[in-house]
Amino acid sequence: MREFNYYRAGSVRDAAKRLSASGNAMLLAGGMTLLPALKMRLNEPGELIDLADIGELKGIKLNRKGAQVGATTTHAEVAENVELRAAIPVLPHAAESIGDPQVRNRGTLGGSLANNDPAADYPAVALGLGATIITNKRKISADDFFTGMFETALGRGEMVTQVLFPIPQRAGYAIFPNPATRYALVGVCVAQFKTGVRVAVTGAGASVYRLEDFEDALTDEFSEVALDGLTASAASLNDDMHAGADYRAHLVGVMARRAVAMALE
Amino acid sequence: MSGEMGIGVSAPRTEDRRFITGRGRYVDDINLRSQQYAWFVRSPHPHAEVRGVDAADALKMPGVTAVLTGADMQADGVGPLPVAWGITSRDGSPAHEPEFPGLATDRVRYVGNPVAVVVAESRSQARDAAEMVNVDYGELESVASATAALEEGAPQIHEGAPGNLCFDWEWLPAAMAPDARANTDKAFKEAAHVVSLELVNNRLVPNAMEPRASLADFNTATGQLTLYTTSQNPHVNRLLLCTATLKMPEHKVRVVAPDVGGGFGSKIYHYAEELTVCWASRRLGVPVKWTAERSESFLGDAQARDHVTRVELALDAEARFTGLRVDTVANLGGWLSAFGPAIPTVFYAPLLAGVYRTPNIYVTVKGVFTNTTPTDAYRGAGRPEACYAVERAVDEAAVQLNMDPAELRRLNFIQPDEFPYQSPVGQLYDSGDFEGCLDLARKLNAYDEFSERRRQSEVRGKLRGRGMCFYIEACGAAPSQAAGQLGARAGLYEVATVRVHPTGSVQVLTGSHSHGQGHETTFAQIVAERLGIDFGNVEVVHGDTGEIPFGMGTFGSRSLAVGGTALYKAIDKVEEKGRKIAAHLLEAEADDIEFTEGEYRVAGTDRAVSFGDVALAAYVPHNYPLQELEPGLEETAFFDPENFTFPSGCYICEVEVDRQTGQVDLRDFVAADDFGNIINPMVVEGQVHGGLAQGIGQALLEHCLYTPEGQLLSGSYMDYCMPRADDLPNFVVATRCTPTPFNPLGVKGCGEAGAIGAPPAVINAVLDALRPLGVRQIDMPATPQAVWQAIEAARSGG
Repeated sequence: MREFNYYRAGSVRDAAKRLSASGNAMLLAGGMTLLPALKMRLNEPGELIDLADIGELKGIKLNRKGAQVGATTTHAEVAENVELRAAIPVLPHAAESIGDPQVRNRGTLGGSLANNDPAADYPAVALGLGATIITNKRKISADDFFTGMFETALGRGEMVTQVLFPIPQRAGYAIFPNPATRYALVGVCVAQFKTGVRVAVTGAGASVYRLEDFEDALTDEFSEVALDGLTASAASLNDDMHAGADYRAHLVGVMARRAVAMALE
Repeated sequence: MSGEMGIGVSAPRTEDRRFITGRGRYVDDINLRSQQYAWFVRSPHPHAEVRGVDAADALKMPGVTAVLTGADMQADGVGPLPVAWGITSRDGSPAHEPEFPGLATDRVRYVGNPVAVVVAESRSQARDAAEMVNVDYGELESVASATAALEEGAPQIHEGAPGNLCFDWEWLPAAMAPDARANTDKAFKEAAHVVSLELVNNRLVPNAMEPRASLADFNTATGQLTLYTTSQNPHVNRLLLCTATLKMPEHKVRVVAPDVGGGFGSKIYHYAEELTVCWASRRLGVPVKWTAERSESFLGDAQARDHVTRVELALDAEARFTGLRVDTVANLGGWLSAFGPAIPTVFYAPLLAGVYRTPNIYVTVKGVFTNTTPTDAYRGAGRPEACYAVERAVDEAAVQLNMDPAELRRLNFIQPDEFPYQSPVGQLYDSGDFEGCLDLARKLNAYDEFSERRRQSEVRGKLRGRGMCFYIEACGAAPSQAAGQLGARAGLYEVATVRVHPTGSVQVLTGSHSHGQGHETTFAQIVAERLGIDFGNVEVVHGDTGEIPFGMGTFGSRSLAVGGTALYKAIDKVEEKGRKIAAHLLEAEADDIEFTEGEYRVAGTDRAVSFGDVALAAYVPHNYPLQELEPGLEETAFFDPENFTFPSGCYICEVEVDRQTGQVDLRDFVAADDFGNIINPMVVEGQVHGGLAQGIGQALLEHCLYTPEGQLLSGSYMDYCMPRADDLPNFVVATRCTPTPFNPLGVKGCGEAGAIGAPPAVINAVLDALRPLGVRQIDMPATPQAVWQAIEAARSGG
């Protein structure tokens, strides 16, 4: 780790101002990705702006239309939230599957989305549920938010403050873990709304993406059988020592079916 | 008194109080005044000329004391890292042993090869400066796989090893057994059945919990060097520092291996980093510390296994094994590690008879240089590779002959009345009861009810398979003379001193080293049992050449069989001297004195004196036979065993495979081991659990993978998959006992068994599960992708 300046922000406004002013500052939420990257010297920011003190970024609010989750709400808080478990069980289920207890007690929703790790769980759930990401500047739909590997639509000086999750009729998230990291080798989130079904895939590609032919089939009939004969394309999927593109494509099909089964349980 | 914590009792481990309360003292916990920090500049290339090292920018960085290179090391007369075992090729020529300098002089041969060291006032200053060292590399073509390195036109790694061949070795050698090869070939010609398999034994990274660390402190006033280092055998490190590398007299070098957090073989060797900090401290006159980061452990710790083997088993019409032919290509890495050439040869081939009466066996092994981290001993060291080859072949034979794998094994077992059994590959097996172990394992597994369990798995949509392995291994290295004939460049005895204090408490100084094994408990149990004193009155000291007379340390499951026996023999001497003192005190003949439960007694009388009183008399010799006997009560014994010991055991495991994802879940694992006599059943059980976890890790999870050119792909826990608790089932472990006649304790050793026996048991189970789908072969690790690919290949292959 190299030397850096540490700043503990008092408010969103304060943090954003500091972030805009500095050429190479980074936001510190849970730090579950950032701190290891600093130790490995993969990231060398001049300043870390710690969001831990900002009360307005924390908490979970639920109404008839959906759930609003603050950016620095931890995975453990999402996983344990009784109202979420009743209204959108797929969200706490996904939170529960992230990392280990230490990670879940430190890692945050906003941090995970802003980082957009290609194998992270939350991006799949946010995209699958069609969440809206609220920043200090605007609202961004999940469909527009995840732009590439570790890349998002967030601009300079922009930070995630809240995330709005609509309530699906039913939803499921099935993950096949990478044996080494337990991140998703492939994770598929399936969510059924009155308007149709959304299917989002993490782990398989450079960034989370939707599977339109699966969505169409499931919109017609929400069942595993509806996916008969459908396969995911291996084109441009990740290929590494744990899984080739063909294996990942195969797992997308298996996990999509399991997510449907989970939603129907 | 001893009965509470004597031999055979599951005494809680004395050392655990400090380990689990954070009061252990590891090398990195030790800090000395004026200490500086080393950071190594390592090669990013698998193979390159080192044309020059420009340290000018680095030397300008804050806090930097020195940047030292291989040229500096050479100028100071530091010798190369030694090879501790010489291997002879079948044509009689010695294995090629390239000079392996601690810091590269002209060429680097693997990614991570140390090139220079930066010494600075802080660790991060040293690291920052290391990034400013400019090394002028001339990249060369490189190769990571041993089979590729043997091919025509492969990049050449050492000039003295044409074709990258370090040695081409056979076992038994023609000089010892002129007909072994011909007889084995004949057995194959006459065989009713022959099975043949191509196997890959995957490369592993040892991954001790505590990364390696060394802190060297050269006292410029006294000329004394003290090295604190993560070692399994501090006396060996001192020996090599003094004789091979730094070339200092032993009385000027003290090596301390304090608490050490796991070794598994990877902390046996005299590594470049340890040598470099010693030399740097001597040269700079300040203490120099290096502590590996985990990433460095992945690059720099000796790696393991990495064999490609063709194994063929010949059977007669009654399914009796008549011949075994094994041809192995072993990857040695870019240089030879200390025992690198010995592991795939003399620690491998002599175990290829397994537990069977196969009369004809012939083995060839090619040791090959590649552009990878050097390989060496890791939990099992040669024996897991041997066991895997034999036990995979036996299972394959059972499949082809449509026999129960247990019955095929039973048919070929060496029988209890055949011990000591001379195997055709040069081992004299001490004892064993293979049928007994097999029956015990079958019972624990509820062997006959498997089909019902398989049916239940099918109901859940899972494929269930069962696999078996019967291992035998050689522990307690080793008879020094035999080892010497096989090329060992050191003796392999062990040393213990028993120091009885005037009040009767006892200090044991042992040359064995505990880095997790629990010697402080188990060795104290031996003393408590023998001398009839309280377990709490015994302290076991290890890991310091300044305190302990000598020792060869802990590896190859040798601590109890060799170190424990040295202790036993030192206690014999204490007991004998005590008898003479007691005879004097009791005014009787020594021959009439019996010693039981801590008391010397005139046989058949109530006249007795306690061990404590005898000890006091030895140190306060007012009433003492001073004419015949020296005062004091302290004895040392060196024990050089007559033979290895041979633990054996039967493992049965059951797996469930998800055919959609290829995921293998271990459902049951049964281990029935014969370790001879057992000092502490709980410690043994812990050793079995740990060994099984590592063996299962090799079979299902762990894979050290390089690109074809030699860049390490699995260089962190993001890619190298270590077993976690939830990857493992609840182990069912049990033991049978046939004591070895080759040491007075009747003990064999248990540290490596699990890592040896688990891999074939797991893979045999995976294949059993997949057989209905037409899968016949899979290599380790059987990852979900590998299993899925095997299923797909079988499907498309018809």
